Amino acid sequence: MYELIVIGGGPAGLAAACAAWDRGLRRILIVERDKELGGILNQCIHNGFGLHHFKEELTGPEYAGRFIQLLKQTGVEVRLDTMALDILPDAEGAAVHMVGRASGYRVERTRAIILAMGCRERTRGAIGIPGTRPAGVFTAGAAQRYVNMEGWMPGNRVVILGSGDIGLIMARRMTLEGAKVLACVEVMPYSGGLNRNIVQCLHDYDIPLYLSHTVTDIRGKDRVEQVVVSKVDEKRSPIPGTEMVFDCDTLLLSVGLIPENELSRQAGVEIDPRTNGPEVWQDMETSIPGVFACGNVAHVHDLVDFVTEESQRAGEAAADYVIGRRWEKGAGRPTSDERTIRLKNGDGIGYTLPQRIAVDRVDKLCTVAFRVSRICGPSRIVATDGAGERIAAFNRDRLAPGEMERVALPRVLLEKAAGDVTLSVEEKEGESA
Amino acid sequence: MKELICIVCPQGCRLKVDEEHGFAVTGNGCPRGAEYGRVELTAPTRTVTSTVRCEGGAHPRCPVKTDRPVPKGSVFSVMEALEGVALAAPVKVGQVVVENVCGTGANVVATRDLPSV
Ligand code: SF4
Repeated sequence: MYELIVIGGGPAGLAAACAAWDRGLRRILIVERDKELGGILNQCIHNGFGLHHFKEELTGPEYAGRFIQLLKQTGVEVRLDTMALDILPDAEGAAVHMVGRASGYRVERTRAIILAMGCRERTRGAIGIPGTRPAGVFTAGAAQRYVNMEGWMPGNRVVILGSGDIGLIMARRMTLEGAKVLACVEVMPYSGGLNRNIVQCLHDYDIPLYLSHTVTDIRGKDRVEQVVVSKVDEKRSPIPGTEMVFDCDTLLLSVGLIPENELSRQAGVEIDPRTNGPEVWQDMETSIPGVFACGNVAHVHDLVDFVTEESQRAGEAAADYVIGRRWEKGAGRPTSDERTIRLKNGDGIGYTLPQRIAVDRVDKLCTVAFRVSRICGPSRIVATDGAGERIAAFNRDRLAPGEMERVALPRVLLEKAAGDVTLSVEEKEGESA
Repeated sequence: MKELICIVCPQGCRLKVDEEHGFAVTGNGCPRGAEYGRVELTAPTRTVTSTVRCEGGAHPRCPVKTDRPVPKGSVFSVMEALEGVALAAPVKVGQVVVENVCGTGANVVATRDLPSV
């Protein structure tokens, strides 16, 4: 019987397992389906990781390497090449069914679980691009793996659909490796990626970014030969007569990431349709006691540093859960007389995480991550309680859906709040971005 | 007055750089932004990250980076210099792969461990 099984050995799983070990758990297992730890970081060879957590600029593999070294100093068990198939929660914890290349089919019992499966890319099928079905259409992340880990170039003349960070990073990467990137095409009127990536990946190499445009046709029999790009109106419908034809052999898709929650769903965890991830309390516990979630499985992050921080919180909370420390403090999981708050989305807010707050379990501050649903200039992020009373406000110069925001709500204010709390954006009038 | 987006950290501050007055920077959230604004308009630099061939390791490519930023104009020469480089596993993170690449003063170093298989 394990105390904790962590599903996934990427940045979230590594940080969570290390934190749980440091907090006193000694029987921890990480289940990882790849042949090595580190997850997506292994293929993110560019730099820009770790500025918050390590206070220095690291590449993805270096960031993963630091955590793998930390993990080696613990007694955490790792099973590589092993896929978790099913999680069956029961009164004492859960049974995890898994199948491994070396270990075969096994069922392991555990007191607590941390879901750290990460996310996956939306594909051509998910967005329904018309046209033929030739070779040469890849998700940006698949292309990244080919180029950076396996040493294959997916093509020579490239169009990129979507301006998410992986797409932008791949525009630069393909260019450095000798390909011609003809265009980056984004259906929204703003980019989905970080500003710094627009600058250092597109501007540096004179790659045009077409906002409010999309791919309306893919042509080619065996291999992509042409991609047609059209302007779209406010409803994101293509405008006839605006077509541009690009002669290219490759189309990369960077059209969004979806938390990978098949296991969570099967286990009966409640999923928030806004994040596509489990609904969580502020300590990352899901709707099932003893089952925690962290990292991109809970909501898609822009920065691994925040994945680390969130996952450490999950690891510590899982340890406290198993050791029973939460019960000793008389602050166990929410009961009927414990004060709980649901965080609701008001105007301009796309989602919040956590979705629920158990006030008695908040230390001093409750960190709330969120995304806005539209671009905003100088604004106030406002937290209002059920009686319409404003309990906190935070100023921001500029807000964009592509950038995750965080605010910290003090416990003292949450204690005073009546009913549920709504987070909303108020744009300041008369000031422009 | 030039407007720039700082690329030093994900904050992406919008900088204003006054070229006529000693490249004074405003809009920077931290001192690194002031430095970036000045350097970007006088002698811009970039860190290059890429991969080189690796024999006998868990993967056929080993990720590398320049251990400091190199002049922006040297980025493609650095890429060319990496073309023929081949490592043999085991590789250790931080191991120097090319010294003083293209005379930039930067070393190209490995960014992961690749044990031999
Ligand atoms: S000025 Fe400082 S805080 Fe702003 S983007 Fe640059 S490094 Fe980051």
